[in-house]
Amino acid sequence: MATNALFFLFAGLAIASAISMVYHKNPLYSAISLVGVFIALSCVYITLAAPFIAAVQVLIYAGAIMVLVVFVIMLLNLDDDQPLNRLKYLYIVGAGLGLVLLVQTLFVFYAVLRAPKQAVATNETVGKTLSIGANMYTMYLLPVEIVGVLLLMAIIGAVILVRRLSQPELENVVDDELTRRDEEDDIGDFRISI
Amino acid sequence: MESVAQTAFPWVVWLVAVSLAFGGVLMVVAYTVLAERKVLGWIQGRIGPNRVGPWGMLQPFADLLKFIFKEDLVPDKSTKFVYYLAPVVALTCALMPMVVYPFGPAITTIDWTFLPWHLGDGVTTLPLTISRIDVGVLFVLGITSVGVYGIALAGWSSNSKYSLMGGLRSSAQMISYELAMGAAVLGPVLLAGTLDLGGIIRAQQQSMFRWFIIPQFIAFVVFLISAFAETNRVPFDLPEAETELVAGFHTEYSALKFALFFMAEYVNMFTVSVMCTVLFLGGWYVPGLEAIGRWLGISAYLHEGTITYAIVSHVGFLVKICAFLFFYIWVRGTLPRFRFDQLMNFGWKFLLPVALLNVFVTIVVVYFLNV
Repeated sequence: MATNALFFLFAGLAIASAISMVYHKNPLYSAISLVGVFIALSCVYITLAAPFIAAVQVLIYAGAIMVLVVFVIMLLNLDDDQPLNRLKYLYIVGAGLGLVLLVQTLFVFYAVLRAPKQAVATNETVGKTLSIGANMYTMYLLPVEIVGVLLLMAIIGAVILVRRLSQPELENVVDDELTRRDEEDDIGDFRISI
Repeated sequence: MESVAQTAFPWVVWLVAVSLAFGGVLMVVAYTVLAERKVLGWIQGRIGPNRVGPWGMLQPFADLLKFIFKEDLVPDKSTKFVYYLAPVVALTCALMPMVVYPFGPAITTIDWTFLPWHLGDGVTTLPLTISRIDVGVLFVLGITSVGVYGIALAGWSSNSKYSLMGGLRSSAQMISYELAMGAAVLGPVLLAGTLDLGGIIRAQQQSMFRWFIIPQFIAFVVFLISAFAETNRVPFDLPEAETELVAGFHTEYSALKFALFFMAEYVNMFTVSVMCTVLFLGGWYVPGLEAIGRWLGISAYLHEGTITYAIVSHVGFLVKICAFLFFYIWVRGTLPRFRFDQLMNFGWKFLLPVALLNVFVTIVVVYFLNV
């Protein structure tokens, strides 16, 4: 009974944070709301007896990825997001996708209702670290490897995007800027000496 | 059955246990502040605070009263909600890991039926851990990593250039050093084969030579260095570098809100000291305690499960933690501050590769030698 109450509490928090994330115009408020979603979700995982997933959710999503997002927002000092009129068609696309998601959710709910009820043993090891690790590196080794390669590709892509100017060109840009400033300084000196 | 929350005690007893742990940790933290001022004074040839009570022992309470009664200034152009939220996030995330600290071994030899109102009926063990979860190490790392938001949001919401620079530096620094810290933690976890703090202590329990500081000395040094960076202490206190940023992320905070940040910093120091003790120095395990009991002929009072054993072990745990806290203060009195690019180069180009190499070697050794 307490577990049910906790589930509804944290699920409600997650949904409220998600709505607040979409609703806020300020990107930093949206980011904080997303952190709220992650933390509420990890609490739900704990009530579902999956402590490893819960800890990893907080550690990676809330603790690392969203900190980077907040960092970028702070660095760029973004203002409120202005509504863009030319993106009106996105509302229609969004409504369609939302409808698909709603139907899918209802279908899952229906399937769960129809499934035969099973009592969950409290000493189940499914959510425990050992069983997750053992399954990941035996039964699901190939998907893990594929995800690893995918992440590596993302990292290499980011590095290439940052290094679009190759090193010598970057140095040329810096040299040009420095010589331009030197010339300006020379002009300034000349004026002062007159 | 290794946590208070799982014993047959009614919830009143948990409440007492949680309050005791909370109060104890806060008292240690308060006296760490005093010890820091005293030790820094001695290092610099001064006396340190000695006016409030004997040897200045009441200074923490005087400081607290001062913080409560000071004027609370809120900058006019700040983002109010986030400005109020930030110190709360910082202190909450600093205090939360407390629930998994293994304060000592379980007491199993006391019959609890003497307690009034049937409080102790059906109870055989009293563990000195509030809650033992399967992923204790990850829990502590995760909660402390959420603590970055407190500092980053404080810097952003104050709407001041010094605060913003401090917040940016802090988030960059903590993300960078979290990686090295996580990789260093993996060494002891691999050797113990569990993520549970109690289990890691059990794996180091046979003798002093089983402590993970010996096989994992590199991980220990990496952990210690990144712990300094994670808690924003000298020589990595760039988020609040007073010579360049006034006071960094908490420049605009005053009175009790500043006190919350201040406490969060010291509670974080306590947390990393606990982690260091548990992972590398055997936690509450005092070497040779049972042998001493046999030698003195008081073995009945000094074997695992008795209340005296638990108390001595708990004191040993606190002594190890205090040694780390003293080391923190000592380093603060000795070393100058890094430059920011030096900090980043050191973290990414030296500390992280060393920690990863250590993890790799440990994996190979554990796999082939089956330690």
